[in-house]
Amino acid sequence: MIQQKVISKRFGKVDPLSIDSYIKFDGYNALEKALTMHPTQIIDEIEKSKIRGRGGAGFPAHIKARALANAKQPKYIVCNADEGEPGNFKDRIIMENDPFSILEGMVILAYATGAKKGYIYIRGEYQNAIKIMKMTIQNAIDKGYLGENILNKGFDFNLEIRTGAGSYVVGEEFSMIESIEGKPGRSRVKPPYPTDKGIHDKPTLINNVETFANFPHIILMGGDNYAKIGTPSSTGTKLISLSGNVKNKGLYEVPFGTSIRDVIFKLGDGVSYNRSIKMVQLGGASGPIIPEYMLDMAIDFERFENFDSKTGTGAIIVIDERFDIFDILLINMNFFVHQSCGKCAPCREGHTQIVNLLNKIKNHRGTEQDLMSLENLANVIQQTSLCGLGQTSMTSIISSLRYFRDDYFAKVRY
Amino acid sequence: MKIKEILSKYPKESEYLIEILLEIQSSSKNHYISSEDVEQISKYLDIPESQICSVTSFYTLLSMNPKGRYVIQVCHDVPCFVNDTTSIYEKLVDMLAIEDGETTEDNLFTLEITECLGCCNEAPAMRVNDQVYTSLTPKKVEKIVKDLRGEEK
Ligand SMILES: Cc1cc2nc3c(=O)[nH]c(=O)nc-3n(C[C@H](O)[C@H](O)[C@H](O)COP(=O)(O)O)c2cc1C
Ligand code: SF4
Ligand code: FES
Repeated sequence: MIQQKVISKRFGKVDPLSIDSYIKFDGYNALEKALTMHPTQIIDEIEKSKIRGRGGAGFPAHIKARALANAKQPKYIVCNADEGEPGNFKDRIIMENDPFSILEGMVILAYATGAKKGYIYIRGEYQNAIKIMKMTIQNAIDKGYLGENILNKGFDFNLEIRTGAGSYVVGEEFSMIESIEGKPGRSRVKPPYPTDKGIHDKPTLINNVETFANFPHIILMGGDNYAKIGTPSSTGTKLISLSGNVKNKGLYEVPFGTSIRDVIFKLGDGVSYNRSIKMVQLGGASGPIIPEYMLDMAIDFERFENFDSKTGTGAIIVIDERFDIFDILLINMNFFVHQSCGKCAPCREGHTQIVNLLNKIKNHRGTEQDLMSLENLANVIQQTSLCGLGQTSMTSIISSLRYFRDDYFAKVRY
Repeated sequence: MKIKEILSKYPKESEYLIEILLEIQSSSKNHYISSEDVEQISKYLDIPESQICSVTSFYTLLSMNPKGRYVIQVCHDVPCFVNDTTSIYEKLVDMLAIEDGETTEDNLFTLEITECLGCCNEAPAMRVNDQVYTSLTPKKVEKIVKDLRGEEK
């Protein structure tokens, strides 16, 4: 068994719209337990679990939780369900299959931090998930698991759904805060961090859907037991969005430390027609592109950090031998041309220049000089952009220059 | 009248602007926000019209120009691309005789190339208004378009 179903254990086994069905399948046991604990004890368990955020950056969850707990009222909790990174669908599948687990995680964190108000920010393309989450919130209120005086313990937590309107950068924390305030989603300069000054300049904690869905399990298992799953630097399980040229595309849950190769071949059943793998992109459009010989790499934050990217979302996109790396890079780069918010120059102007250079090289019109310009420009964008979009968008270019240099030299004119 | 009804559901706070715009747009047959709508929202929330326009121009799902009855958005990111989304797009171009960003003369269809729809596990994918269609083949697309045309008759 290479899968280990913790977050996905209820998928397909409960009626996602029925709170009774959720309760029958261990639902809300964790909240009941959490409410017998002191709020700081909950954050201690989260710290012991060593869980890191599942939205991409892998930030330790307890640090943000403790910062919010120490902040003054009013303060907010946000669930990031914007999921705009190409190749990712895990958050949608959690919302559509086990929506109450997300609410339970949010309420536990609200109790631990003292926040009374929260938002779930869902991308506008996810109409089905939006409908489900709205119904879920209503059901939870009706049964006393959300709203005023939760489970008669005298604590309140209210939730609102906010809908995205088609912007990838809004997944970034400060852009999301601007968007929740009803403005264009342009990022802010950090620090101050959101847990100091977020929505309406009030302390705000943002976590990913999958991160919230983990909290109930941490409370039930205890932090120490949770930390036994996975690897020392990356504890727990990871939902993997497997897509591209594999036979069994889909969502799988594996403990951290599982190899990428095992996910592709044991769970995804390999590539159709026994074609060979040309490249694999990890994390999404802002993740690295690696060659076949690197597939034994373990899924682990520490390994992924070598790439300076948001690989941590757990997307694996398999691309077979029929495809040209320049077509793939151009799709990635055109994505960023469209998604740049335009606030800072390296990102606003840089991506267009990158697209020009790639087109030139792809069409055998590029020189060695162009190759150097591409490399330099990619580094400038990565190092000087204001927010995570420009800081990570060059990962596929930089990694392809490292691992697929021959593809470039085959096209460059001397 | 309809817009007044929508507005009255929301508190008079500018943080609800995007929610209001999305609802007004989805209640419009041509999927857009008119300049009269903007005027009304501006009065209701007591914010300048320019602030509203800065929001509508930032978010790609919001439009100030009328579109067709059915807005077809074909995903064009890597997981769909390697599953031959190009043949899906070409089939649509072929059937509708329009390209990315255009609307048919009868105002029935608008065709758009769009970003990942979060359905890469069932690539290739497209969206028609709020309905997502997955695991597409040119044949499936043909049927979907024919059915939509049929609905209008
Ligand atoms: C351009 C950009 C897009 C992002 N999109 C998302 C997203 O769709 N969902 C998400 O959870 N995090 C996204 N993130 C990461 C968030 O900024 C943030 O780190 C995360 O929501 C924190 O939650 P976590 O600690 O639980 O991972 C994005 C970051 C950047 C820079
Ligand atoms: S890096 Fe790009 S998306 Fe981020 S603030 Fe600068 S222009 Fe905007
Ligand atoms: S790439 Fe098309 S749905 Fe994700």
